[in-house]
Amino acid sequence: MKLDISLAPETLFYIGSVAISNSFFWLLVLTFFILVGVFFLNRSLKMRPGKVQNVFEMLLAGAFDFVETTVGSKSLAQKTFPLVFTLFFFILVSNLITFIPGQAAVTIETAGGVVPLFRAIIADYSLVFMMTMLSVLITQIVAIYVAGPFRYLGRFLNFTSPLNFFLGLMDLIGEVAKVMSLSFRLFGNIFAGEVLGAVMLFLFPFFLPLPFAFLGLLTAVVQAFVFAVLTLVFISMAATVSEESEAA
Amino acid sequence: MEVEAAKYIAAGLAIGLGAIGPGIGEGIAASKALEAIGRNPEASGKITPLMFVAMAITESTAIYALVVTLIILFA
Repeated sequence: MKLDISLAPETLFYIGSVAISNSFFWLLVLTFFILVGVFFLNRSLKMRPGKVQNVFEMLLAGAFDFVETTVGSKSLAQKTFPLVFTLFFFILVSNLITFIPGQAAVTIETAGGVVPLFRAIIADYSLVFMMTMLSVLITQIVAIYVAGPFRYLGRFLNFTSPLNFFLGLMDLIGEVAKVMSLSFRLFGNIFAGEVLGAVMLFLFPFFLPLPFAFLGLLTAVVQAFVFAVLTLVFISMAATVSEESEAA
Repeated sequence: MEVEAAKYIAAGLAIGLGAIGPGIGEGIAASKALEAIGRNPEASGKITPLMFVAMAITESTAIYALVVTLIILFA
């Protein structure tokens, strides 16, 4: 038996010249189910909540309270909450869904050999990169909107003294490094979890992977939380730091 | 040295050295959090999630090393 691990997702089939990978296919399936689930949940909302609605209301209210205490004001929380909670919920669901047993066994015959039909979608770097770019770009847009374009540029290109110029350049590098740190953290954790599970299964089947599966479960929840919270912190920093420099 | 052997040595070194710092850091985070809970047990509900977040962020340098290792091994 040979361990079969690849960084890039496997191609299932082609539409025209566009390769459809297994992670992309799985992403579409998952998005469809989330949308349908939310649609029916939305349709069945009542003033006197049932069991499902109660659970979701508690979850949402708790999350909103957490966002409010983090950003510090209710209006800002109302603006950032939809994005942050969507990111959290999507990453959480797509991580947890990989713990349904047996899906790695479903394979499909393609031109490039036998490949698994499903793949943990967070273990595909392109999706994580897109989500990170989304979060970082929104942070920059908020910063530009709050500070105005000139003061925003002035943060990075400061010619008042050599030290300020150097610090401005460091700020610029810091902004670019956000993309790497945020995306590698999520991708690395989930992909490493997959690889770890495969290696442990290879060493001693059925029993040895169990504690690592539990660790993976913890990682799945914590990383979804961390990604969302860091996005939130970046946005709230972009919205408030500029106000402070205005006062100074 | 063969390229294959050098790859395995590089992968082992990358993750081994990269895990030192985060290991120490996570230990410090856990010890401080447990100390705080020991002093004030009612605050454990607030401290524990924050500790997990801090640990996940501390862990990220180890994860970078891990990503590099995986790229060396499998890409």
